Amino acid sequence: MDNSGVHPDKAPDNQYIRICSECDLVHHHVPVARGQTAYCKRCGKTLYRGHSYALERSLAFAVCGLAFFAVANVAPLLIFSMQGNSNANLLIDGGLEFLKTDYWFLGLLVLFASVIAPFLLLCVIILMVAPVLMGRAPVVSGALFRAYARLRPWAMGEIFIIGIIVAYVKLSDFADVFVGTALFGFMGMVISSVLALLYLDPRELWLRIEANRS
Amino acid sequence: MTEISTQGQKPTHGQDLDILECPHCHHVMKLTAELKNTHHHLICSRCGLKVGHSRRHALQRTTAFLIAAFVLLFPANIFPIMRLVSFGEETRETIFSGVLTLIASGQYGIAVIVFIASIFVPIFKILCLGFLVLSVHLDIQWRPVVRTKLYRFVEFIGRWSMIDIFMISVLIALVKLKALATVEAGIGALAFAAVIILTMFAANSFDPKLIWDKRGQSS
Repeated sequence: MDNSGVHPDKAPDNQYIRICSECDLVHHHVPVARGQTAYCKRCGKTLYRGHSYALERSLAFAVCGLAFFAVANVAPLLIFSMQGNSNANLLIDGGLEFLKTDYWFLGLLVLFASVIAPFLLLCVIILMVAPVLMGRAPVVSGALFRAYARLRPWAMGEIFIIGIIVAYVKLSDFADVFVGTALFGFMGMVISSVLALLYLDPRELWLRIEANRS
Repeated sequence: MTEISTQGQKPTHGQDLDILECPHCHHVMKLTAELKNTHHHLICSRCGLKVGHSRRHALQRTTAFLIAAFVLLFPANIFPIMRLVSFGEETRETIFSGVLTLIASGQYGIAVIVFIASIFVPIFKILCLGFLVLSVHLDIQWRPVVRTKLYRFVEFIGRWSMIDIFMISVLIALVKLKALATVEAGIGALAFAAVIILTMFAANSFDPKLIWDKRGQSS
């Protein structure tokens, strides 16, 4: 796809200009077919993807993720048993127990990155996308979008899952450990979140917000 | 044989046209004179988020975060990240001994994941970002595409170092059978978490567009 080489003399219509965020090369925005991806011609950075009903899908997956989140919170995550004594932990226990120790700062970090941020991210996506799809453009859209962009790097659900698996493997060396339903619920939530984020196209979102406003 | 039509034409940069794109909402805006003269960050006119620092400023921030992360890398690897008390017997585990324990118990797959996430990635990340900062500072023109891809990889992989911190949190919550076994976090974990966060900030504040700048136009 040769859409690079915008000439400085031609006044660009900003809506149809894309600038690579990594190498600053200017491209024309050429719509791509569903399932295709536009890459920067020079450095290969993914610029945008072609999806149909992208925002609708994003909303659907975010709602789905919240349903999984409910499952992840009521059931035990892992069950640990040793010499006839057993102990089960919930999803939020990792952070909560950590908060009670001397390293409460780490507990705060864990609680935020593993549970609070992924949950808030889903809520923000729903609150942000649903009104836009209904043809509205509430004044809070901007604030919600800023919250979404700031939360995103701190939502580490997928990394938490690997952490749980490593803890499971380490413990099964000297005790009996069983996987609870919450782990599957949490995995469902993480997969839904990844898909919701994949389909959430900020450019399309903002074009629709602006269209709804006018 | 087709003629190479783009040969004579220099690739156009956002910088040449005085336009820039918001990395968050992809709004393309004109860089006005007043915006250009500010030495601090720019704010997107549509979504209100920070678009970026002035380029030289970005380099200083990255360097500062990198130095802090490098210093903390030592306590993170030397001091124990957790203490396991089982049947009155105390085991102190550092990041490295955690990997060795996994190898000893035959969990090679998990051992490789933990080794990559906890030992390889933080060191690799600091070295790579250090190299990128130096290459921009010394204006080395070596393979900008490779350096951009290196940055993209480093930025993507950094978060995964959190695995060990999450693992400790799960162990603390789960292993609390008073007489039989308990797990406590160690000072190493604090340093390690700081290394991860600082390198995340470092990667975040580095602007890969600096790689493509030529000397003289990059002030």
